Amino acid sequence: MFRVFWCILHRDLTLALRRRTDVLTTLFFFIIVVSLFPLGVGTEKETLQTLGPGVVWVAALLASMLALERLFAADYEDGTLEQMLLAAQPLSLVVLAKITAHWLLTGLPLVLIAPLAGMQYHLTGESILVMMGALLVGTPVLSLIGAIGAALTLGVRGGGILLSLLILPLYVPVLVYGSGAVEISRIDFSATGPYFALLASFLLVALTFAPLASSAALKISLE
Amino acid sequence: MALNWFRFAAPSAFYPLAGRAIPIFWWLTVIPLVIGLVWGFFMTPDQLGGTNAQKEYYRIIFIHVPTAWMSMWLYVVMAGWAAVGLVFKTRLSFMMANAIAPTGAVFTFLALWTGAFWGRPSWGTYWDWDPRLTAELILFFLYIGYIALHSAIDDTRRADRAAALLAIVGLVMVPVIFWSVNCPDPNQCAALHQRSDLTRMEGNILFSMLTITFAFWMYSFATTLMRLRSLILERESAAGASWVETTLGKEGAS
Amino acid sequence: MLEVSQLECRRGDRTLFSALDFSVAPGNLLHVRGANGSGKTTLLRSLCGLFTPDSGEIRWQGESARRLGEEYRRDLLYFGHHNGIKGDLTGVENLRIAATLDANRGDDGVIWDALARIGLAGFEDLPTRMLSQGQKKRVALARLMLSRAPLWILDEPFTALDLGAVDLLQTLIAEHVAADGLVVLTTHQEVELTAGGLASLHLGS
Repeated sequence: MFRVFWCILHRDLTLALRRRTDVLTTLFFFIIVVSLFPLGVGTEKETLQTLGPGVVWVAALLASMLALERLFAADYEDGTLEQMLLAAQPLSLVVLAKITAHWLLTGLPLVLIAPLAGMQYHLTGESILVMMGALLVGTPVLSLIGAIGAALTLGVRGGGILLSLLILPLYVPVLVYGSGAVEISRIDFSATGPYFALLASFLLVALTFAPLASSAALKISLE
Repeated sequence: MALNWFRFAAPSAFYPLAGRAIPIFWWLTVIPLVIGLVWGFFMTPDQLGGTNAQKEYYRIIFIHVPTAWMSMWLYVVMAGWAAVGLVFKTRLSFMMANAIAPTGAVFTFLALWTGAFWGRPSWGTYWDWDPRLTAELILFFLYIGYIALHSAIDDTRRADRAAALLAIVGLVMVPVIFWSVNCPDPNQCAALHQRSDLTRMEGNILFSMLTITFAFWMYSFATTLMRLRSLILERESAAGASWVETTLGKEGAS
Repeated sequence: MLEVSQLECRRGDRTLFSALDFSVAPGNLLHVRGANGSGKTTLLRSLCGLFTPDSGEIRWQGESARRLGEEYRRDLLYFGHHNGIKGDLTGVENLRIAATLDANRGDDGVIWDALARIGLAGFEDLPTRMLSQGQKKRVALARLMLSRAPLWILDEPFTALDLGAVDLLQTLIAEHVAADGLVVLTTHQEVELTAGGLASLHLGS
């Protein structure tokens, strides 16, 4: 069981390392979106502090969306996905490995780059810490839910736009509590507990059901 | 007599049955709608009391609340048929889900539209990021997503099943989404909409509201069945089913 | 023993075949024939479980293949239109992953031997996107040599192969059938067997 998980995880990471630009594109997309906002809404410190958490989260949402398109597409085109469906292993395990790899390549870099975005928006050290924590718990949920949409829109014309139409509404809870945690930390650092509890419970539920739903979707898409 | 319900799961058996049911549902739509509207305009008080008094414009409630109810109910029904289709592999269930979606989307849009018109005089704004408004908006996106996914996939079978799975995922997520917009701060919760309580409502208002809800429900049946009939014809004739031509021939002759 | 009863498959709005019955016993090869669009690939994909037939049943060793799930997939090797190899990985890496997924032999020794036998000695450490079309196909075919699965389902395995590779594949298939394996394949070529039974199935009118 674990051998298969590691095998697929290792495979996807190796593939990504041999095509580094894909990973960097997502990261730079995030940085650019975050940097554009102050140019649009003005550079007043007060405004930026209020907008910061929401902007960072929406940018993270879009960045992870952008990368989702590639989650299964390459494997679908060269037929390796078909072989995974026929493997003597539970498909949801393979899917979970692929999602994990995807998060390590697109979600984790966002967590690590978040302090930079926080500084652009004059957030305090505490808020930045909360933001990193919230992104750390929240971005895996984005990858997990997004995988369902990526599997459903596999090989469909206009798949990318369609994917955002299907998945973005489902991201609302993570967005609300993710940015809410950062927002509240500006007033009261100790009040962030319930936000993290909720985000963590989302993660657990998504971890249980999303791989199953994605594998069901993959089976439908590959018929 | 034991009735074999699965007999009607065959599109060829369901098609004539639906044809006979449609006029009945239309009558069940029109009559309650007229009663409900007349009652709503003339038998109800001109002004609602309470802390913030509402004048004539409150009567938009007779359209607004029923559309909002139907928009949610139809999503549940749609996801239900989608689930039946996935489990029992019955083609008709997928077509049913497919036929419900546009009606559901229209009701959702109407609920938002009438809500905006009601919000302007009573709250002083067309739109507010109130939990129920937001949730209704997201429901609208879910309907649009379902329809868009279905129409983007060329292979009918894959389209049916993929959209069905999406509908079910959406149904699971709706309560979570609603809850998250309803309570953005887990330390405290607040909402612009007043807590509603049907038993506290004035009798005449409640009567017209429920009558119109019934009318809208029957309207959903009528439009869904009409759409379903054309879906059946479209797909069955493409599949080369011989009964389609005989049925159409008969209908043309009579 | 692979048994198929009353199988019906539709693609879009068209019925490809219906009421299809056949069985394949160990040590036998079934050659599926038919014109383009007669449903050969769909039949093979339903045998693998990639496509859900509209009605009918597929049984493996007396049990429904659908119910067996992973156990059935462990006994199965499918070779489809796509090679199923990653261009950015080397031949050895590709085969190692395939072996883990299929629960097959996957020690480096076995993999290097297989690649050598299929005529790719010296290319083992090259990303497969650098290889020619035929060589890529050879990498994919090396999976047959690692496989422990008794049931092989091969969709057009001979296309894009040169004469040497065709001969080698013929030998592999013959060896597999001789060792009580089962093969279901589609091809426009005649297959020669030295042992075991050869049957053919015609799809379409």
